[in-house]
Amino acid sequence: MLRYLFKRFLLILPTIFVPLILVFLLLRLSPGDPAGMMLGDQATPEQIAALRTQLGLDQPIWMQFVLWLKGIVTLDLGNSIFFREPVMQIIPRYATVTILLTSVALVLAVVIGVTLGLVSAMNRNKPIDRGVVTTAVLGISLPEFWFALLLIFVFAVTLRWFPVAGYNSPDAGIIAFGATIFLPALALGVRQSALMTRMMRSSMLDVLNEPYITTARAQGLPETTVLGRYAMRTAAMPVVTVAGLSAGYMLGGAVAIEIIFALPGLGRMLVEAVGRRDYPLVEGGVLTISLVLAVLNLLIDLVYALLDPRIRYQ
Amino acid sequence: MTTETMLSVSGLSKSFKSVKAVRDVSFAIPRGKTFGLVGESGSGKSTTARLVLRLVEPSAGKIAFRGRDLSTLSSSELRRERRHMQMIFQDPFGSLNPRMSVRDTLVEPQFVHGIGTAAEQLKTAERLLAEVSLPRAALDRYPHEFSGGQRQRIAIARALSTNPDLIVADEPVSALDVSVQAQVLNLMRDLQDRHGTTMLFISHDLRVVQFMCDEIGVMYLGEIVEQGPRDRIYNAPSHPYTKALLASVPGKGSGQRARLSGEIPSAHAVPSGCAFRTRCPHAFERCSSEKPAMREIGNGQRAACHLLDKAMAA
Amino acid sequence: MTAHSAPMPAEIVVPLAARRTVLEVENLSLSFRNADGLLPIVTDVSFSIREGEAVALVGESGCGKSITASAIMGIAPENAVIGGRIVLNGQEISALGPKDRRKLCGRHMGFIFQEPMTALHPTLSIGRQMTDTLKHNLGLSQSAATQRAAELLDRVGIPRARDILRGYVHELSGGMRQRVMIALAISCGPSLIIADEPTTALDVTIQAQVLDLLEDMRREMDLAMLFITHDLEVVGDFCDRAVVMYAGDVVERGQSADITRHPSHPYARGLIDAVPAHDDGRTRLTPILGTVPPVGQWPEGCRFAPRCGRADEKCRTRPRLETLSQTDVRCWHPLEAGA
Repeated sequence: MLRYLFKRFLLILPTIFVPLILVFLLLRLSPGDPAGMMLGDQATPEQIAALRTQLGLDQPIWMQFVLWLKGIVTLDLGNSIFFREPVMQIIPRYATVTILLTSVALVLAVVIGVTLGLVSAMNRNKPIDRGVVTTAVLGISLPEFWFALLLIFVFAVTLRWFPVAGYNSPDAGIIAFGATIFLPALALGVRQSALMTRMMRSSMLDVLNEPYITTARAQGLPETTVLGRYAMRTAAMPVVTVAGLSAGYMLGGAVAIEIIFALPGLGRMLVEAVGRRDYPLVEGGVLTISLVLAVLNLLIDLVYALLDPRIRYQ
Repeated sequence: MTTETMLSVSGLSKSFKSVKAVRDVSFAIPRGKTFGLVGESGSGKSTTARLVLRLVEPSAGKIAFRGRDLSTLSSSELRRERRHMQMIFQDPFGSLNPRMSVRDTLVEPQFVHGIGTAAEQLKTAERLLAEVSLPRAALDRYPHEFSGGQRQRIAIARALSTNPDLIVADEPVSALDVSVQAQVLNLMRDLQDRHGTTMLFISHDLRVVQFMCDEIGVMYLGEIVEQGPRDRIYNAPSHPYTKALLASVPGKGSGQRARLSGEIPSAHAVPSGCAFRTRCPHAFERCSSEKPAMREIGNGQRAACHLLDKAMAA
Repeated sequence: MTAHSAPMPAEIVVPLAARRTVLEVENLSLSFRNADGLLPIVTDVSFSIREGEAVALVGESGCGKSITASAIMGIAPENAVIGGRIVLNGQEISALGPKDRRKLCGRHMGFIFQEPMTALHPTLSIGRQMTDTLKHNLGLSQSAATQRAAELLDRVGIPRARDILRGYVHELSGGMRQRVMIALAISCGPSLIIADEPTTALDVTIQAQVLDLLEDMRREMDLAMLFITHDLEVVGDFCDRAVVMYAGDVVERGQSADITRHPSHPYARGLIDAVPAHDDGRTRLTPILGTVPPVGQWPEGCRFAPRCGRADEKCRTRPRLETLSQTDVRCWHPLEAGA
């Protein structure tokens, strides 16, 4: 078991570092100079050169990379060029919002997806099943931003149940927080929940045909146990996989949602930081997202190992 | 006898990492004869079949086919030699390409080996179809339109399409119902008589092997423990495993059933000395310390068992 | 129904004929409801099993033997329409609703499947599967259920029972898996065991071990056993009586010794002749010509007629199952006994 987790851990190292290297190179290869941007149109070339030296931008690229790697190891990601405060202090403020948003969205997606998928599988080819399947197809084809606007129009503008935009941190109370996070999370999670509905439905239908389900029935176990314990345990496996992929996808999708709902999240921060050529902040943001993804993958592997003994022994 | 030896295998071994799948297997098949390899799952009989065709590269040993050492052939020479050796697999559902019509299935091997013109190839296909008692109309149909027995007939026709000298048949009737099994076995014998094909026949079913084969090798845990002419093996088995196998065949009354204890050990941990000693009712000290050598019993029968030494010494 | 007249081994005191009937199946039929209406799968199957008796249901794939078993267990697919009577220990279970039928499973009927690898749950421990059954059916506590599960594994010849309980099906060998399956099937003390090709997936030497175990269980627990198989030779060794099915029909029924030695139905004869016998030195087998007609394409009259060498005009009408000297046969031109 520990060996298995250690192996998985080694495998996630590249998923952290490959994006980092790519972002590092992309930023430096793209046009635009942070020093010039910070000092504005009026700056003299001497002023810009001085700032470049101060920021270390006059060093060769490989040297910049080595310095930056050293920074990561020593947990010093440098100062934001724009905010002029340590990246390590800025990131958590924004990352919390994004992680909360994605987590709520994931929970919504899993709850909706698993429930609808099960209901659908249990009522195969009945009207309710057809209804769910059709809705799921619709859900998969809707882009998030469009659905977000629809939600705002219906629940915030017309019904006035929720605020149109803005963010209250959980410190402001669970209700205040929930009111600002629910619509964005729903908008972010709906496509994934549609995917999970379909996954859960087909996985459950497959499992119900497995001989061990017949065995459980032939042993006289009641249908609730057969479905809830014997079938769910194996049917949930593909959904776990999908949930992992979904979470990664939603971290990316959060950018659009954060902008539409004016949430102070990592996605919005990154878009703005890229516009300002704020290298340290962009790199710090990407590092954070990679780390979150890596931890998430490790968690999924852990869940897998708990669900399936065959994996534990590999 | 001066019959030509079609296939001769000596010291054939194959290890997959720590698993010794096949160990020191030797046998020879005269032209036009059928050699049967019989054994339970994990005995290495199917691996031996694949080694003989060099579908799997042997770790050690020599395979002489039509007098040529296959292991010394270059890949292009081997490809040319393949024309003369064909294989029939157990699963008639998996071994035929579902997207190829029967016509293509039968023509393709001839095309690959450059046998005849297109018209001749088609003519051969038609003739083979008649030989395996399928209607000419079958040419334009696809595998899924046929029953298991019919598919196996198509697989046999395909194997014959290059007019091979050697056919390796790996459990060719195991997936078929008894009544169909008899049809296919009869067909294989008829075709062998007509074409004079040499055959290596692999099966777990002693009844089938007895019907099909002239000479038989009994395999246990990667080794041949006894081999000899069919009648000797069935009427005067000398190795305790052969005796147990024969006694396990149903149809002799429950009182006659052999009670061979335990199961085949894992090929990861082959017992020391005689591999069969952990299940052998007659095992004594020498069996765990010393590996019994293959010894001649007479009439072409050979077996590897210390009991034979005892019997001869007595 | 004919009585058992063969001499019984000494340890069995009560002759079979005097024993209590555990299962009675009368005119069982089963059809699948689909878009085009009803598709018959099994028609008119009748047999009975007494305490301690093994009855074989024999036939090739597609003859309806397995679906008959699932109809008796009450686990046939939802779209199955079942007719006829099934009586278990005097109770007409075919009249019960699905919930009550389910309650009989495990407690009164145990099921053994062909492929224990897929018939046991891949990610629940062996112990969990056994104790779930014991707790639900017998109302045992967790510790009592674990204790009983360990005893059961011990009883079916599995060493280190406690360790195995913590293990999973993929860790076991084929023979051990089937032993676990047997332990599970007998765990709640059923009076009837239905075994669907229980040894087909096993190696011959292991097959012999498992058959021995089943026979021991049958004698120790006085189990009635329905043994579903395609192998007539196993039937001869293992079963008291046999029911031969072809295309959804019972074609011959009687003592297994009679059926395996001198059957009266041409199909039963064909099944025997098709198998290469141990030492008959034949150079050709006698196959049954053609193939089993698929469900939905059964011929009128005798369903075996198109493949039968003895068929004539008369076979266009459906024969009834009639009692001949030794067996019950559904044939217009049965073979002479001893032929």
